Amino acid sequence: MRYLSLVPGLFLSSMALADTPVLTVLTYDSFVSEWGPGPAVEKAFEADCACDLRFVGAGDGAALLARLQLEGTASEADIVLGLDTNLTAAATATGLFAPHGATPKLALPVAWNDPNFLPFDWGWFAFVGNAGRDYPTDFKALAASDLKIVIQDPRSSTPGLGLVMWVKAAYGDQAGAIWADLADNIVTVTPGWSEAYGLFLEGEADLVLSYTTSPAYHLIAESDAGKVALPFTEGHYLQVEVAGKLAGTDQPALADRFLQFMLSPAFQDVIPTTNWMYPATETALPDGFAAMIQPATSLLLSADDAQAARDAAVEEWRAALAR
Amino acid sequence: MARRAGPLTPVWPGLVLAALVALAVTAPLAALLARAGTAAPGPADWAALRFTLWQAVLSTLLSLICAIPLARALARRRFPGRDALVLLLGVPFVLPVIAGVLGLLAVFGRNGWINAGLAAVGLPALSPYGLQGILLAHLFFNLPLVTRMLLQGWQAIPAERLRMAESLALTPRARFAHIEGPMLRAVLPGAAVVVFTLCLSSFSVALILGGGPGATTLELAIYQAFRFDFAPDRAAVLGLLQLTLVGTAGLVALWLVPAAQAEASRGRVLRHWGGGRGFDAAIITIAALFLSAPLVAVLLRGAPGVVDLPPSVWRAAALSVTLSVVVAALVVIMAGGIALAALRFPLLEITALPGLALSPLVLGTGLFLLVYPRLSPEALALPATVLANTLAALPFALRLILPRLQQAVADHGRLAASLGLSRGIWFARILWPALRPAIGLAAGVAAALAMGDLGVIALFADADRATLPLQVMRLMGSYRSDAAAAAALVLVAISLTLFWACERVTRDA
Repeated sequence: MRYLSLVPGLFLSSMALADTPVLTVLTYDSFVSEWGPGPAVEKAFEADCACDLRFVGAGDGAALLARLQLEGTASEADIVLGLDTNLTAAATATGLFAPHGATPKLALPVAWNDPNFLPFDWGWFAFVGNAGRDYPTDFKALAASDLKIVIQDPRSSTPGLGLVMWVKAAYGDQAGAIWADLADNIVTVTPGWSEAYGLFLEGEADLVLSYTTSPAYHLIAESDAGKVALPFTEGHYLQVEVAGKLAGTDQPALADRFLQFMLSPAFQDVIPTTNWMYPATETALPDGFAAMIQPATSLLLSADDAQAARDAAVEEWRAALAR
Repeated sequence: MARRAGPLTPVWPGLVLAALVALAVTAPLAALLARAGTAAPGPADWAALRFTLWQAVLSTLLSLICAIPLARALARRRFPGRDALVLLLGVPFVLPVIAGVLGLLAVFGRNGWINAGLAAVGLPALSPYGLQGILLAHLFFNLPLVTRMLLQGWQAIPAERLRMAESLALTPRARFAHIEGPMLRAVLPGAAVVVFTLCLSSFSVALILGGGPGATTLELAIYQAFRFDFAPDRAAVLGLLQLTLVGTAGLVALWLVPAAQAEASRGRVLRHWGGGRGFDAAIITIAALFLSAPLVAVLLRGAPGVVDLPPSVWRAAALSVTLSVVVAALVVIMAGGIALAALRFPLLEITALPGLALSPLVLGTGLFLLVYPRLSPEALALPATVLANTLAALPFALRLILPRLQQAVADHGRLAASLGLSRGIWFARILWPALRPAIGLAAGVAAALAMGDLGVIALFADADRATLPLQVMRLMGSYRSDAAAAAALVLVAISLTLFWACERVTRDA
């Protein structure tokens, strides 16, 4: 019965900290992983908040919203971090979020005036592959090639949703036809970005939907220049990742403090080399980022347009891939 | 007249337990019906239904086609390692699905052993994802089951018939028509419908290898309705579809399959007959490789990482062991109690049957609808997991325990009553020894299956609390394949140990 001796350990961690206030941040898995921003952010924030910052990973970004609705007002979360502009309108409509009331100085490629959500980083979606071969330069050529790609489910993952919006923004009414042509290139559809990127690194696919900045990870963290992001002539869809405070939080002051901290150098400085995205404020970038491709055209639907287009676009995607 | 402690076969506890089981089944169902209301399934739901049926039909055909020559070869050939191979056929039954899938990916993945071989001779790569991946995994898990059922069929053919066939010098075709054909016609329908039912409610396999819109089963669609869309109405509609489907198939299975065989016979080897020695050898070799390679892959890939596993994996393991021990104890208590009452009221056995049709995700959906939003879904995760696993194991346990109990009472009941044995002595000296092997097997299977279960927990678990199978899946998801393999190896070891321990300590002396 040695196993039983392990059981008390399950409860120790939460009991020991019962006295200090706990700020619970619901976020996506890769943010909390040990190589993601989570550990550094936690350390920096806890250094002077006299609190316990708890990150709870719950799948990928789009699943966060469903998770929140599942928990409703019973949710223990104080902050949700990791939605993007394709989801902010839907998130606002749940009535679960509170206004942030802040007017921070931002460095985004788009203007920012969302009353409920604050951005913490941004990037361009792109397909990422191994260097050393010729790759297609648009969706049509990709669909015509025999390259194998792995993508994420738009219902659970913000990159997956971003790709659907990308195709929609670039092709409009023809988006369904593009998806039908892409269907035979898709090895599998994963619930989140981590799973997809993992399959790509394992060699299960030639390309993975990720970001223009993903090769920087391999370049900086692994001194490996062997990964490239593919520039597409249609332009690249933008993702602005955001966080918001829940109306039902029992730590409103601490939550506001965290949102403020989120746009301070202590948080923003670690973003490029842990989340491998562009920071949301004026921040010096590490060397490797200069080598990343810079899309000439950015595509982005406004939060309201994205909300209006989302259900139909996802259904178009589903129907094309179900065949 | 000696004073007795009470009737030798108490009925009340069993009636209460049966009532509890009935409540545990009907309440979530009522919640599903109420929530689904008049909502109709949409195109995506029908697509999930079609895919569920289609993959189950293909998986079943594939399993039968492969199992027939394998069982035939095993029935008539004697070779070194035959016993080990027959033992290997029992492993997938208690093997956690996620560990099996992980092993299959290592063998059949694009960087796996098979594709390395294909690439070496210039052939295109195979992908283990989508329909073909699901079929492959279902073959891995069901081929052994069908093979064992058929092997028993072949071994049940009377030896004198085979001798007669030999002395009459029947052609292979005539021998098949007169001897093997009738056996296959008797055994195959039952085997087919069991495999079909299992494949209908397959969740973990579809979760890892399927997932895209083209490869979504109903179970997976329920999961997605919860975790992706938060659409309890759709989950309820999908749950009712799935319930109807599996319930129908389950009833047919029950009707076609004879009472569960408690002991899988390692069995005698039939006299060698017929030619095709080379064919048999090839079939046996391929099957042995197919069934053992994924296990070897998990072992090779996982072993180096076991010592470095993060504490979260060990916490998950402790939680899973606790859960599976609780499930095993509950299953034995409930099956024992209901079996005692069923001596008087035979129809009570029926109360356990919905456990066959109620998939964990359907049950989980129903429970969620019952308690939401009064309780948070996390609070539901562990109780619902225990309940789902207990209900699933109950029919199986009853089928093992009840016949032995009936036999024991028929053999000794009257004598014990006339001797005025106390209830304590009756239970300790008569019933326990008679029921011990059945109880052990039931507990072992229940514990092993609960250990490897990835169902309700995936629906509700929060980030902090995970069972070991869920932890394996999370490690796979965060591209830590080596840690995932190591955790899967731990999972396999614990599952097999639990099964072996339960079965071992209660085996007939």
